[in-house]
Amino acid sequence: MSTMANDFSATRRLILKGAGVLTLIGLGIVPLDVTKVLAAANDKYPEEAFKAKSEADAIKALYGKTPEPSDKVKMDAPEIAENGAVVPISVTTTLADVTSISFLVSENPVALVASYKIPAGTLPNVANRIKMARTSNVVVVVEAGGKLYGVSKEVKVTVGGCGG
Amino acid sequence: MTIRRRDFLKLAGAATLSGSLPRLARGADNAGVYDLERFGNARILHITDTHAQLRPVFFREPSVNLGVGPMQGNPPHLVGRAFLDRFGIRPDSADAYAFTCIEFEKAAGRFGKLGGFAHLKTLIDRMRSEVASGRSLLLDGGDLWQGTGLSNTLQGADMVEAANLLGIEAMTGHWEFTYGEKALRANLERFKGEFLAQNVYLTEEAAFNDAKAFDPASGRVFKPSIIKEIGGHRVAVIGQAFPYVPIAHPKRFTPDWKFGIRDEELQKLVDTHRNADKVDAVILLSHNGMDVDLKLASRVTGIDVILGGHTHDAVPQPIAVTNAGGTTLVTNAGSNGKFLAVLDLDIGKGKVSNVRYRLLPIFSELLKPDPTMQALIDKIREPHAAALNEKIASADRLLYRRGNFSGTMDQLICDALLGELNAEIALSPGFRWGTTALAGQPLTMEDVLAQTAVTYPETYVQTMTGGQIKDVLEDICDNLFNTDPYYQQGGDMVRVGGLAYACMPTEAMGKRISELKLDNGRALGARKSYRVAGWASVNEQTGAPIWDVVARHLRSGKPPNRAPPGVTLKGVEGNPGIAGQG
Repeated sequence: MSTMANDFSATRRLILKGAGVLTLIGLGIVPLDVTKVLAAANDKYPEEAFKAKSEADAIKALYGKTPEPSDKVKMDAPEIAENGAVVPISVTTTLADVTSISFLVSENPVALVASYKIPAGTLPNVANRIKMARTSNVVVVVEAGGKLYGVSKEVKVTVGGCGG
Repeated sequence: MTIRRRDFLKLAGAATLSGSLPRLARGADNAGVYDLERFGNARILHITDTHAQLRPVFFREPSVNLGVGPMQGNPPHLVGRAFLDRFGIRPDSADAYAFTCIEFEKAAGRFGKLGGFAHLKTLIDRMRSEVASGRSLLLDGGDLWQGTGLSNTLQGADMVEAANLLGIEAMTGHWEFTYGEKALRANLERFKGEFLAQNVYLTEEAAFNDAKAFDPASGRVFKPSIIKEIGGHRVAVIGQAFPYVPIAHPKRFTPDWKFGIRDEELQKLVDTHRNADKVDAVILLSHNGMDVDLKLASRVTGIDVILGGHTHDAVPQPIAVTNAGGTTLVTNAGSNGKFLAVLDLDIGKGKVSNVRYRLLPIFSELLKPDPTMQALIDKIREPHAAALNEKIASADRLLYRRGNFSGTMDQLICDALLGELNAEIALSPGFRWGTTALAGQPLTMEDVLAQTAVTYPETYVQTMTGGQIKDVLEDICDNLFNTDPYYQQGGDMVRVGGLAYACMPTEAMGKRISELKLDNGRALGARKSYRVAGWASVNEQTGAPIWDVVARHLRSGKPPNRAPPGVTLKGVEGNPGIAGQG
């Protein structure tokens, strides 16, 4: 067993994983002008959304609407995180016309962890590693065809130890 | 010895007299207990969680093994009388002694120790000789290499030799990983069977650095499965290692590997074996723990039988779980070498038509120890025997560990931590291994090590606030009582010394623990700091190993603290997973 205290600081640090970046940049090359797409994706940094404390406020600030559940969005996340500082979460979807994929951690001091713009023609497949302050629902929101879809899964962040 | 043997013989006589009567489901207290009716065309033998107990042991099954939510009242969460009723075991029988805690001390005197690899080998050889050559398979579910002073000193090498002589053909792992990659691989070099794990992968960093893997393309570190030909039929055996190794143990032992349940990858593997390899049966050799296996069986299709371990549940009959593809049987085969599971399969083309399952207790007084195994055990033990045999004290009462919240053995360990390290509060991990000592029996260094032999035994003393202590208790309690088994880790609750608390297992995380009090009756202050001692931390520590601390305490001859454990359970009235406090 352990008595390690959760010493996560309030600052949220985003750790991008290769796959996520690859999706955004690498696969976007074929049909599109990459520089233009990246510029478009970056020209409006969603500052309000990244300041919102709650998951609902962040989604509202980002999209202005609420997501509906979908079985076409598949999130891969561990049940219990091996390390709360780098929790691997990935998402794929069979929805058409995906324009954006966002990751939120309900119990983090600031809920929105990452938001990806998905240029047309890009495979909607994002993997990243996120930092979690404590056990929480992880929410993935997919914007597709002008509508918003969401899935969530509880990921446990434990102090560890005492396993059988 | 003679008296005990007479107990068995008396009952054997009774059984002979009533030979024409239908036998109770599990009531045959005699040597004939090992006479199995022939069935099927393939015999799979399964042992698990032996925890390196080469010699016969006493091991008291729990009097508290609570299930909450959908698990309440269902196997394996039954103890005492409720357990006997559910499985049709006659009270006061040898089986009642092997499977439950009822009148443990009295029954221990009558029926003696269980397990021991020499005895196990005798029974395994007999079970294999009863079926035609090439018609049986011996599997081990892991936690084979850890649990004794000897195995800890030899980093499991002793158990590899014993496993080879026993004839284990495939195994998976849990505590095996706590020796670290180098020692693990060195042992596997010498192991004649296969080490299987479908759910252990290289981390991205390790894969990037070309770390060693069985399948670099998928990142699988170990062979996930094997296909064995048994009597003309093809049987796939898939290994499922303990899914939470880097969480339950220090991450430093397995820095390059990631684990998890990974039932989607498992489903793909099962489908490949079914569709491409055209196997006739699929067995999952699992170290998930029984609750996790029961949930997994409802989600993954195409597995005939899950041979389970980890949670040390001795469950006499398989539990049938229906899923989208049919039915999967789930078993759990107890611990400490107490049991041998015998799974007889009637395999047809592409499917298992029927099964018979028996979980046979290894009554060491009914089985003649196999001389070759006995000689091996003696040879391995000899250089260490003097140190292990050193008598330190005598057991002042029945000393046992297993149980959800406390055990007298852990109370003793907590007393040692409080006294020797001058702390206000002691924390001791809720491991499920650790043998039982009868009142009055000598306690040797070997007995102390049977409770403490881990690769991270260092003790610590640190300052914690009352709030932090509550958080730790809540966190560990959720590992035990989360209503979703996939969020459980399969250990018992951390043991406490110097501290009392109330627990309501049916509550949600953060609300289970209340009324925290010090031994002097004062309420624990959330912001107040306390001196806390413990051992087996997942963080690196530098204190003396716990076995030395316990031995020092025992040698000091301080009067034993016999105060009842300070855990008050709430909301468990009527739950058949509790039979008194314990």
